Amino acid sequence: MKPAAFDYLAPHTVAEAVDALGAGAQVLAGGQSLLLEMHLQRARPAVVADINHVPGLDALTVADGTLTVGALVRHRTFGSPGAVPGPLGDLFGRAVGYIAHPPIRARGTMVGSLAWAHPASEWCALAVALDAVVEVRSTRGTREIPAGDYFRGPFQTAREPDELLTAVRYPLLGPDTGVAFTEHRRTGFSFAQVAVGAALTVRDGVIAGARIGLANCADRPLRAHAAERAVVGAGPSPLLFAAAGEAAAAHDAAPVPEPYADVDYRRHVIAVLVARTLREATPV
Amino acid sequence: MKITLTVNDAAYPLDVEPRRVLADALRDDCGLTGTHLGCEQGVCGACTVLVDGEAVRSCLMLAVQCDGVPIRTVEGLAGADGEPHPLQRAFSAERGLQCGFCTPGFLMLAAGALEHDPALGEEEVAALVGSNLCRCTGYEPIRRAITRAARDHQNGQFHDRRQ
Repeated sequence: MKPAAFDYLAPHTVAEAVDALGAGAQVLAGGQSLLLEMHLQRARPAVVADINHVPGLDALTVADGTLTVGALVRHRTFGSPGAVPGPLGDLFGRAVGYIAHPPIRARGTMVGSLAWAHPASEWCALAVALDAVVEVRSTRGTREIPAGDYFRGPFQTAREPDELLTAVRYPLLGPDTGVAFTEHRRTGFSFAQVAVGAALTVRDGVIAGARIGLANCADRPLRAHAAERAVVGAGPSPLLFAAAGEAAAAHDAAPVPEPYADVDYRRHVIAVLVARTLREATPV
Repeated sequence: MKITLTVNDAAYPLDVEPRRVLADALRDDCGLTGTHLGCEQGVCGACTVLVDGEAVRSCLMLAVQCDGVPIRTVEGLAGADGEPHPLQRAFSAERGLQCGFCTPGFLMLAAGALEHDPALGEEEVAALVGSNLCRCTGYEPIRRAITRAARDHQNGQFHDRRQ
């Protein structure tokens, strides 16, 4: 099919973009999900506001221990070594290779993924695990929403339709933190059946902090609190990580059956991947 | 909307609806039917072209987004004298195509990658060919063809024909 007819706006400032949203426009950033939905006519916006001409939204900045990612920063940026400092950059670099493929990563944006809120999204799982904060703007002003409150369900978020997601912020990870990202999918083309991102901080042989994010393990991205509780305060070991995997599968995840993957199978994959991710994340 | 697409260094002044995707504008409005449309959902990659030097899905960009931006399609690969591009020669030498439907997309995917990184290694090529769908070759001959073109490039036998 072809997209239904719409009016096209190309705002040149955030204020113009926000005004367009106030008048009912839908945002076009990377367009790699929106245009697909428009082809299928599941999305039929009357007005599209293309924000690609708004200066400043492509900024990636680090200040006071916080990374700020603007709405036009493409996925591919995070594949460049050193784009983001420290273990956080390492974690993003590991995750980005699982997001679609190079032509999609050249257009699609991290903030766009958060706006779309696909349950299998790698970025959404990491946003929840890393205590990210999304910044939204409307004609009513600016507000910040913690990632933990932001995701409400499949493709559902706390963003109001007239709010523009301008940026997402992450606290940087300390140098004593190890990171890993693993994903299980049927083919290189498939969405994640399960994906796990983890950051482990180990001090004096004891796990002092753990952040574990799960993608496609429920109707929204999850932080695996039960698995984190299972490891914090203990010394890293295969047995401990296996227990954490079981905790994530039994208590954190709420998987739904998918073709080729019933709930028991998916819980099994979650347990295996969480244990594997924690093992790989353990700093040496 | 009135826009001008700049495709393979030629200007195409067009009057298009905003809903016109780049792939349709190239094929139906510019008459450049070398770019193929498979799935129209960003999955198959047959419609891959270079927009401002980046290999992108032309079904997932609007033509109005490309006003004034340099675009290259498979028609722009060969030289003015008809001499095939080194990638096209490599695809032929390695039998990197059978039915040929996916070939323009793979050629532009590879052209974009090689222009970004002339030292493209085997692992990068293996990951790259996963971007597009081919239902004939099993990818291996395509991987070999791109690897051969990359090697020729590093040996100085790759002459980019753009000015």
